[in-house]
Amino acid sequence: MKPAAFEYHAPGSVEEALELLTEHGWDAKPLAGGQSLIPAMNFRLARPAVLVDLNGIEELTFIRGADEGTDEAPGSSGSNDGVRIGAMTRQRAVERSPLIARRAPLLSETMPHVAHPQIRNRGTIGGSAVHADPASEIPAVLLAMNAKCRIRGPEGERTVAAEEFFLGLFGTVLAPDELLLEIELPGRRPRRGCAFREIARRHGDYAMAGIAASLTLDKKGAVDEARLAYLSVGGAPSLAAGAAEALVGAQPTEEVIREAARVAAAEDVEPMEDMHASARYRARLVEVLTRQALTTAAQRASGASNP
Amino acid sequence: MGRAIRLTVNGEVHERSVEPRLLLSDFLRHELGLTGTHVGCEHGVCGACTVLLDGEAVRSCLVFAVQADGRIVRTVEDLAEGDTLHPIQSAFRQAHGLQCGFCTPGILMTMVPFLEETERPDEQEIREALSGHLCRCTGYQKIVEAIQLAAVELAGSTEE
Amino acid sequence: MTTRFFGERVQRNEDEVLLTGRALFVDDQQLPGMLHIAFVRSEYAHGRLLGVDPARALEMPGVTAVYTAADLGGYWQPGPLLVPPPPIENLTFHARTQVPLAREKVRYVGEPIAVVVAESRYLAEDAAEEVGVDIEPLDAVVGLEEALAEGAPTIHEDLDSNLAAHAVQTKGDYEVACRAADVVLARDFVYDRGVSAAMENRGIVAHWDQRAGQLTVWDTTQAPIPIRNGLAGMLGLSESQVRVVAPFIGGGFGPKIMMFYPEEVLLPWIAMRLGRPVKWIEDRFENFFSTTQERGQLHEAEIALASDGRILGVKDVFIHDTGAYNPYGLTIPINTQCTLLGPYDVPSYRSEFRVAFTNRPIVTPIRGAGRQHGVFVMERLLDLGARELGLDVTEIRRRNFLSPDAFPHNHEILFQDFAPLVYDSGDYEPALDKLIEMLGYQPSVDKPLVPDSDTQDGVRSSGSGDVLRGVGIVSYIEGTGIGPYEGARVRVEASGKVCLVTGVGTQGQGHHTSFAQLVADQVGVDVGDVRVITGDTREFHWGTGTFASRGAVVAGNACHAAAVAVREKILRSASQLLEVAQEDLVLADGRVTVKGAPEIAVGLGELAVHCNPLRGAVRSGTEPGLEATEYFGPERAATASGVHAMVVAVDPETAMVEIERYLVVHDCGTVINPTIVEGQIHGGVAHGIGNAFYEQLVCDPDGQLRNASFMDYLIPTATDVPPIETAHVETPSPLNPLGTKGVGEAGAIPVGALFNQAVEDALKGWAPGLELREIPLSPNRLFELIEEVRGEKSSETDS
Repeated sequence: MKPAAFEYHAPGSVEEALELLTEHGWDAKPLAGGQSLIPAMNFRLARPAVLVDLNGIEELTFIRGADEGTDEAPGSSGSNDGVRIGAMTRQRAVERSPLIARRAPLLSETMPHVAHPQIRNRGTIGGSAVHADPASEIPAVLLAMNAKCRIRGPEGERTVAAEEFFLGLFGTVLAPDELLLEIELPGRRPRRGCAFREIARRHGDYAMAGIAASLTLDKKGAVDEARLAYLSVGGAPSLAAGAAEALVGAQPTEEVIREAARVAAAEDVEPMEDMHASARYRARLVEVLTRQALTTAAQRASGASNP
Repeated sequence: MGRAIRLTVNGEVHERSVEPRLLLSDFLRHELGLTGTHVGCEHGVCGACTVLLDGEAVRSCLVFAVQADGRIVRTVEDLAEGDTLHPIQSAFRQAHGLQCGFCTPGILMTMVPFLEETERPDEQEIREALSGHLCRCTGYQKIVEAIQLAAVELAGSTEE
Repeated sequence: MTTRFFGERVQRNEDEVLLTGRALFVDDQQLPGMLHIAFVRSEYAHGRLLGVDPARALEMPGVTAVYTAADLGGYWQPGPLLVPPPPIENLTFHARTQVPLAREKVRYVGEPIAVVVAESRYLAEDAAEEVGVDIEPLDAVVGLEEALAEGAPTIHEDLDSNLAAHAVQTKGDYEVACRAADVVLARDFVYDRGVSAAMENRGIVAHWDQRAGQLTVWDTTQAPIPIRNGLAGMLGLSESQVRVVAPFIGGGFGPKIMMFYPEEVLLPWIAMRLGRPVKWIEDRFENFFSTTQERGQLHEAEIALASDGRILGVKDVFIHDTGAYNPYGLTIPINTQCTLLGPYDVPSYRSEFRVAFTNRPIVTPIRGAGRQHGVFVMERLLDLGARELGLDVTEIRRRNFLSPDAFPHNHEILFQDFAPLVYDSGDYEPALDKLIEMLGYQPSVDKPLVPDSDTQDGVRSSGSGDVLRGVGIVSYIEGTGIGPYEGARVRVEASGKVCLVTGVGTQGQGHHTSFAQLVADQVGVDVGDVRVITGDTREFHWGTGTFASRGAVVAGNACHAAAVAVREKILRSASQLLEVAQEDLVLADGRVTVKGAPEIAVGLGELAVHCNPLRGAVRSGTEPGLEATEYFGPERAATASGVHAMVVAVDPETAMVEIERYLVVHDCGTVINPTIVEGQIHGGVAHGIGNAFYEQLVCDPDGQLRNASFMDYLIPTATDVPPIETAHVETPSPLNPLGTKGVGEAGAIPVGALFNQAVEDALKGWAPGLELREIPLSPNRLFELIEEVRGEKSSETDS
């Protein structure tokens, strides 16, 4: 279990990294935290010819309020109470960040479910997003939170919503010569509540199923917006449309939540079977977890509990 | 093929030329002879190879040695001072927190920052902190007891 | 006899080097000029090996050599049959043992085909990828029934079928018992495979010193002496030219026994051929294929009961999976056969097994070694019987326990050590009483353990309503500490400290401490002053190894005997030196003093020097020094026993199970060090929990393992194993002077049965009629079983 040989580059800036990626094209693989890539390399399941190690790029490591501009203002949401996280920010730093806990509590709540502290000490939020593992927690949270991904390539920068960022199994819109620079999460809104739930065989394992949910209520307490994103149940991280439809416009009663969970399991997800769980079992887990997550999110949205 | 690196391991500066694919675990064990860091799975699950990289517990099998260039690494060999065991080490001995001892160095290296960060952890916190390590001998119970003992010991020493 | 340390919670001698990273494990051995080895292994479970082409690999950078079976010449020999079968009447047995490198055929994924030697492991792995291997795939034999079915592809083509063995053992007449029974229950049971998953993988370093004519092999083996003997024979060397060292070993659990694994046989040969030290360290991926595995069995069993719950007879017919080869003979299925009887009076028994070759990795014992299957079948049958008869699960056990005056109890069949299955001692009810007291729950016949969800007792009241609680209680026995023998040498050195050497290796059991306790008591020194050497053939010539829960029994008694002999020498020499009668001497604290006149004394160091004079005449026939070597061999196994209880919380919707409490009352005879014994039990229980709920080797019909990693093969972690409440009872074994029984495997044995029982209990109201008869039982599988039962119920009500 020793990795195959590769050419190694450790650029000190995004500029330099992009040049290397342009030069080597499909042969090159950016190395972020490496906590998924290096095991795959040790098994020789991944054998990139060229590794471009992003760990020396300091400009990619930061957690800032969206209002503390240093660069040009990212995205077009116009919100200023969100948070911007550099792609190379360690998951452990995200977990420990009081700013994120205040402004994007769903992400903080989710982080302890991501593997173990030793992995989070190396793993990065951007690496996890770009790896786009359907079993990974972070893509689901980015979707539920309507995150935006700022990308730079040889042609310049572009910003993409999480919904467009993920494409299929382990796929994203990133071209081989592009880098994810940062993720912007919108701030908290009145009457919005979020929740994360998953069921894993063991603490820290990839989940057999999981959900990141965000519910926004209108002034009358009916659901205004519902964003439900699942992990470990399908190809690309994506939002559950049917369940959202069942929720929007309704009061989030036990009955409504139950029906939304049923729809999510029956229609929105297309779980796959693997050695740990059959499709049917996953669908059951989706239903149970959706119920739990929506109940918590609705309570939080109506101010019954934090966050 | 070799790439020059310079890093501090257990307070000592080492300069070497290494192949980029050399894992930090292999570098520590076979280049520096620090064989206290053990290798159990080489895919980041078992935790036996855990070391401190700039003070944070990481899997040394999931870091390339070249990535430790300019960094500070600490391994199990650095815990005891001469013949005096680190309080966590003595607690492990006292509570029978080890049997074959293969997974132990990795666990100790996780527990050093954990106990610095977490004063008086409860049993659940300890078990969660420990859950990134596999042990086939102990059933974990006496490891948990050892960590509880160490936590009390360390809290006592900082209160003085 | 002074017993200052026997039974005490002494801290371990070996811990300091382990905790500071200074202990030597095999992979820590670095020798100048050392080369590294990687293996080319079969990617097919079954196939014809048409050709191996090393040419391209030999051109790779840093490659010294590539060897295939053809290069081995006469050294290519199948490995030894380690355990010949016991003399069971009408036995069928075909031994087919593993080969160093495959030729003509490959029989499991991972079977070694070629070996690459290079300057580093990285380069060796690069080159291994370049070795050309031409295999014509054959249909793989994976399932057990399929393996023995008419027309199945034969794995060893010189045999007519894949039948490796067939054996029947009987006691009384089951058919008669059956006719007399009020209730006869028949069920099938499944127990699947797992890996031992010692945290340290296997490894070998071999060094041939040409000038000294000396081969040294560092090997992660549980049995260095048999390996030394075998290697010397194979390589044509004197046993004195071969030194096998089993240094600190990172867990054994069975598969590190004296297998003569291909790697173990090849590395010494390569070291001698190349004249350079060589190292092979198994990686975790290899471990899932190349280290032996265990536990695949299918049972069809029957129990015949009287209306009062008494067992009249048991019949069990099973198939045991031995994998592609069977070097370990029949140890596992015989353990299954014998352990099934448990702590019970079973007047008639018919047990028949067939052993099947399959295209899967080789099967040899892992912690429990077939015992769990027997316990699983018997305990589940008793639970079903209790349900049928309206008895409490503890009551049916009580009614069948052997009474304390039933010992020695002869079960009239043969055990794995070739001796009749005779229990030496035991007392089972007090252990059960103690367990119930610890559980805080008193069952009764009128109030079955869990008839419905509204019982009043404390243990099962469901807290949140979302989870259902269930309790399980099972009993088991374990034949431990089998022969043939072990030896030990105790020597008092000039420093006054003591050196103890024994032939067994140690893999974490604390031998450096428990053996030292035995010696310290006799020789009158502190435990820390006894330096223990294990697992080095240069230090001790005779012995077998660490397996079958025999360390404390067999080696322990040898250590004790040697220490007693040294004690006698000390007192005799001191008596001569001090001119005081032996009865008037006190041996303690590293010195011999005279009773009532403590100023007259001699230190042990001084006495040792006195007994090894450099000048002057000693009497003819005098042995020098304060040293003795003794051996111990028990006539048969010592029967340990235990009762375990488990409280689970099951979420009926998700089929997720949490083990909330785990309780053990254990009897391993006299206890040398309770802390160490507890540790052994805890570890065994955790291993059992893994087998019961987490660990499963997922194998495709073509013999491909789909989860060869710790990502997907789930070893329980600290959040999965509950605190284990442990208590001891002591029924000393009459078969050895110390009264000890083995404990290394005990914890792992009853957990599968217990887990099924407790989960079934929890789900009694939710899924009435649910029967759990398989291990492992993942949440996914449990979900399926619950759905099946509930589906049937709802379709019944629909119609």
